Amino acid sequence: MTGAIAVQDVAVDLGGRRVLDRVALEVERGELVGLIGPNGAGKTTLLRTVLGLIAPAGGRVLVDGRAARPGRSAIGYVPQRHDFAWDFPISVAGVVMTGLTASLRLGRRPRAEHWQAAAEALERVRMLELADRPVGQLSGGQRQRVLVARSLVARPSALLLDEPFTGLDMPTQELLGRLFADLAHEGRAVLMTTHDLLGALDGCDRIALLNRTIVASGTPAELAADRAAWMRTFGVGEDSALLRILKAA
Amino acid sequence: MLTPAQFLADLLNPDLAFLPKALAIAVMSSLICGAVGTFVVLRGMAFIGDAVAHAVFPGLAVAFVVSGNLVLGGTIAGVITAVLVAVFSQNRRLKEDSIIGVFFVAAFALGIVIIAQAPGYAGSLQQFLFGSITGIPDSDLVVVAVTGLVVLAALFALHKEFVTISLDRESARAMGVKVFWFDLALYVLVTLAVVISVQTIGNILVLALLITPAATARLLTDRLGVMMLLGPAIGAGGALVGLYLSWSWALPTGGTIVLVLTAVFLLVWIGRPTRVRELLQRRPGRPARTLVASP
Repeated sequence: MTGAIAVQDVAVDLGGRRVLDRVALEVERGELVGLIGPNGAGKTTLLRTVLGLIAPAGGRVLVDGRAARPGRSAIGYVPQRHDFAWDFPISVAGVVMTGLTASLRLGRRPRAEHWQAAAEALERVRMLELADRPVGQLSGGQRQRVLVARSLVARPSALLLDEPFTGLDMPTQELLGRLFADLAHEGRAVLMTTHDLLGALDGCDRIALLNRTIVASGTPAELAADRAAWMRTFGVGEDSALLRILKAA
Repeated sequence: MLTPAQFLADLLNPDLAFLPKALAIAVMSSLICGAVGTFVVLRGMAFIGDAVAHAVFPGLAVAFVVSGNLVLGGTIAGVITAVLVAVFSQNRRLKEDSIIGVFFVAAFALGIVIIAQAPGYAGSLQQFLFGSITGIPDSDLVVVAVTGLVVLAALFALHKEFVTISLDRESARAMGVKVFWFDLALYVLVTLAVVISVQTIGNILVLALLITPAATARLLTDRLGVMMLLGPAIGAGGALVGLYLSWSWALPTGGTIVLVLTAVFLLVWIGRPTRVRELLQRRPGRPARTLVASP
């Protein structure tokens, strides 16, 4: 029996260089897992591999027991906010509807049930009242919630979040952190990359430290006590501010 | 200067039969370019629009030399160049704009070499580069109208896919949307819009029909649907006024249309677009039944 997301001994080569090596990670339904590592550790590459956008050089990725490939509605994906064209003249509801593009056939227009699904997704992230607003007029936190709503509209069983807290103030991070935890505890498998150590330690059910491979994984309490794992992951010494943050946490 | 009434009389004058045909082609081209141009502007594809505009030239030249169908020739050349750009852009060592720069200049050069084989090519070259409102055959009206309808129908049918890949290509790929093929489809539509517009406005200036009306519309609205209506309307209005002014003052038609469109763009830019935008956005909300979540 494997988790909703099962990364089994995966290796990934990009540009002739091994970016991920022997990565093993499972995320169960109902679980929020934080993926933490330094810049260039391969966090986004791992998410892209789970999405089926990158073919692994070794190992395999299973989502709900089936090989990962693009278009599996079982996975919802929330990209980094700067990857999205926020200046595009489209409403919040219009953005959420694009989450159904692949499931609607060519030339088909959305029907009432699709708008209903969009409304439910927006309601879930508490953005329904802004459904008609142009996305360019939203704040950073609202934008993040719109992307989450778009990822939810196809009712996926797993969610992948790529650094959702970047550039957001602390209250907004807390709000989103609670939302992600709730989404997981409703029965989804949620895997989130983040640089926000405190947020991850506070909100995630489990944390995986990644630097080309999974260096360590465990509950926040277990990892907070494992200073060596953090030092190995980030390549820092005993005097690093990172370890002081861990201690304070 | 002619009065509008005199211009109307000239349009109805049987001895000036080319004039209403030129007007019809200019307006149809502007409508189609305005609609396609929406995505060109929103995706920051002005350079590829320029590239496609130039890339159709060898196809037009071949069709001209062999007395073939200009629309077909231009489309084939434009699509071949678009495919070459899409394929060569897969190499990550070079950015897409460099690939476009290589191919569109090469295509244009090929067009010049080919058309030089035609006797009296200088006049033909002038016509291709800057457009001409005389000598438009009736068959071209039909070709432009049918091609335009095909382009608009395709835009309508592929609307949600074009929006999805314009917003965020990585997420579109993750959803299983075939980004490469929809990019190619958009390039083909741009190519078709360019080809049917070359007759009136010329190869050099056709980019203005794609970009300027849509860019002006973008200044006026934050709604994609409104923008897709405003862009063609501004383009068609610019074509009408441009043709009128060029006919009145014996100015080059293509250049005059572009200058009129540019003047409208500048007026909108200098004016207070936020006020107009607010007016355009004051519309009834989406029907409650469509966006009410279950209790």
